[in-house]
Amino acid sequence: MLLIPCPWCGPRAEIEYRYGGQAHVAYPPEPAALTDAEWAAYLFLRDNPKGPFAERWCHAAGCRRWFNVLRDTATHEIHFSYRAGERP
Amino acid sequence: MGEPPQAVRRSPLGHLAAELRAASVPGTVTVREVPFVRQVNVRGPGGKPFPAEPNTVATTGDAAGDAAGDAEGDTVLVWLGPDEWLVVGPGEVPGMPGAEHESVADVSAHRTVVELAGPAAREVLLKGCPIDLHPGVFPPGRCAQTLLGRAQVIIVCVDERPAYRLFVRASLAGYLAGWLIDAMREYQCHTY
Ligand SMILES: [Zn+2]
Repeated sequence: MLLIPCPWCGPRAEIEYRYGGQAHVAYPPEPAALTDAEWAAYLFLRDNPKGPFAERWCHAAGCRRWFNVLRDTATHEIHFSYRAGERP
Repeated sequence: MGEPPQAVRRSPLGHLAAELRAASVPGTVTVREVPFVRQVNVRGPGGKPFPAEPNTVATTGDAAGDAAGDAEGDTVLVWLGPDEWLVVGPGEVPGMPGAEHESVADVSAHRTVVELAGPAAREVLLKGCPIDLHPGVFPPGRCAQTLLGRAQVIIVCVDERPAYRLFVRASLAGYLAGWLIDAMREYQCHTY
């Protein structure tokens, strides 16, 4: 069980959260200008690093806010969390 | 010509009142439903009297400091998020200084309230709640949205007995009542 720090509520058990995948995937400024391959890459392709990974989490059973977590995918270590819209 | 139809209000745990009474062990831990509590969800930029600190409640009205919000005119403001509060009780929904509310929604029918009180109340909650409820970090005036059993609840610590108010969705209230009755069963034969 991970103990994940919500930027608003503090450390809470993993079961209170929902996972939201890779963080900082920006919506394309001009989606209509993309090729099908570029659009598919935006929709479906994500990084899969071994090590620190910035990802989105939602405090679903708590304050229901989305935020970001820097988690090590190899060790599960949570380095820190930060609010949506912020950069680490 | 029959009787005219009557509008009858039923609370989500009204049919379990006797079971909750039977599960209660006075002096150790008691449980009851507090039905028909008015609740209004408010979103906006906040400002006094809305509490800015996460997971705290503020009280306005006559019994300021009492986090239960039963008294006429009392209003308890429960922090739900950085721009979201639950206004509990029959009093006026306060304004936000210098700003409009972004949304005001009466959600009274969404949840019912269960009060769990007595020296063993915290021990009962700890059987199925992952957060730290020690009085040093969760005294009267603190609140949290978390899980109890498998149900999402808002927990408000209202006084030092201790007493907790559990806000639970109507559709999960029967499950939560059953869970509490089971968790309280040991105190039938070992009191405080
Ligand atoms: Zn939170």
